Amino acid sequence: MPRLPKLPAPPLPGPLQEPPPRPGEGNGKVGPLEGAAQAGITVVDWVDERTSLSGAARWMMFRKVPKGTNWFYTLGSATMFAFLSQAVTGVFLAMYYRPDAAGGAYESIRYVTNEVFLGQFVRGMHKWGSSVMVVLVFLHMGRTFFFGAYKYPRELNWVIGVVLLILTMAMSFTGYLLPFDQRAYWATQVGVAINGTGPLLGPYLSDFLYGGGEFNATTLSRFYAIHMLLLPGLIAALIGAHLYLVAKLGTTAPPWTKAKTRPELRETEV
Amino acid sequence: MADKRSKHTSKYTLDRGIPGAFEGETITRRRFMTGTAHTAGGIATAAFALPALGFALGPVFKSTPHRWEVVGKVDQFPDNNYVPVVLTLTPNIGEVGKTTVYVRKFNPEIDTDPYDQGTPYIAISSRCAHVGCPVRWVDASERFICPCHGGVYDLLGRRVGGPPVRPLDRFYTRVSGENVEVGPRFSVNSQLRRFSPRLPGEAVDGIGQYLYPSTPGAKK
Repeated sequence: MPRLPKLPAPPLPGPLQEPPPRPGEGNGKVGPLEGAAQAGITVVDWVDERTSLSGAARWMMFRKVPKGTNWFYTLGSATMFAFLSQAVTGVFLAMYYRPDAAGGAYESIRYVTNEVFLGQFVRGMHKWGSSVMVVLVFLHMGRTFFFGAYKYPRELNWVIGVVLLILTMAMSFTGYLLPFDQRAYWATQVGVAINGTGPLLGPYLSDFLYGGGEFNATTLSRFYAIHMLLLPGLIAALIGAHLYLVAKLGTTAPPWTKAKTRPELRETEV
Repeated sequence: MADKRSKHTSKYTLDRGIPGAFEGETITRRRFMTGTAHTAGGIATAAFALPALGFALGPVFKSTPHRWEVVGKVDQFPDNNYVPVVLTLTPNIGEVGKTTVYVRKFNPEIDTDPYDQGTPYIAISSRCAHVGCPVRWVDASERFICPCHGGVYDLLGRRVGGPPVRPLDRFYTRVSGENVEVGPRFSVNSQLRRFSPRLPGEAVDGIGQYLYPSTPGAKK
């Protein structure tokens, strides 16, 4: 059908004209989708009016990033995602796990692996995800180092990152005992002995880890409590501080990008 | 900015011209209230933090009582070869509380060391002195061999190769009637001199005995 030229609207006095449709609305009727969107906006507005969280969200998410920002800059987010994945799968594993040194721990892991629906998959995610997290931590650290992103004013963020690295290692060490098979037991014996080789304080550190002078009834529950209560809290808190500093200080440009001087500031050679 | 800070010439608030000061007052109410609130907060925090800390660190300073366990009859152990026995270090936790101990009758021709005189039986721990893997006695070569990192020990448990820093630990033994009993663990240095038990990897020769003190928890 050929398009006809549009005729001008007949002159109607103002009060008789229909109000123009509001933006976002179709022909004046509110559909279910628009209603839902409006309800969502109302709820967000209600919360925001009382918390001013939208400002914080804008400050955190809509930052200026330097030219040359590339995929290497996603390694930190990837590490955090690995941690979140560990946290979620860990919570669900904790619903089945029993820190019982007299055989219950191994039996509960066997049950999760062999009997529970998707148990092997969730446990596998937690087990392999821990290695993924360690690898990502090191890649992220390497990126920071090689891009020189640890320099002033970001030294404190580097220090926090190193503490997070140590905490991640402690997570790996304490988590390794929990399946309570032969590998777990002997690896922990070796690991605690290595801790004990620190001069003067080493033997006391070993006793703290064992909860006594030898591997005993409380060692497993000790490792379990450290693994799932103490360290995750510390890591989550430090990730918060780490992210705050990233948002506050901004990210660095890759070292191969050249800073552009404004033409009027450029020194002219005579 | 040092000159902007007023120098307190007098300890009395009245002399310092602080509003609301009265005769003989030496500390402002604001400072008093701040100090009181901080003290109360500190006491409240310490009230839960110190017991929790002590609870977590307590086992480090707790020693466990000695246990003596019958491992066999007196005629069960030859004086020129080891017999493995299973010893319970920590009861009621199943397999993880147990360890293998190699026991042999005292032999005056082999055990010439002065520290061993008067010991009825020699009981050698299977816990490697490197990082604690289980060693096994290989009869053919008359060596204790560790599967993890290649630690090798001779008939007396002295290191002859590999990374271990001291000989294998031993256990006290005694004869009670017809039974051989094995008691608490002790560590030895390269001259087989006795020391309080140390964890694997902790040297007791030379300066090692001071760098790696025996902890109360290890004295069992």
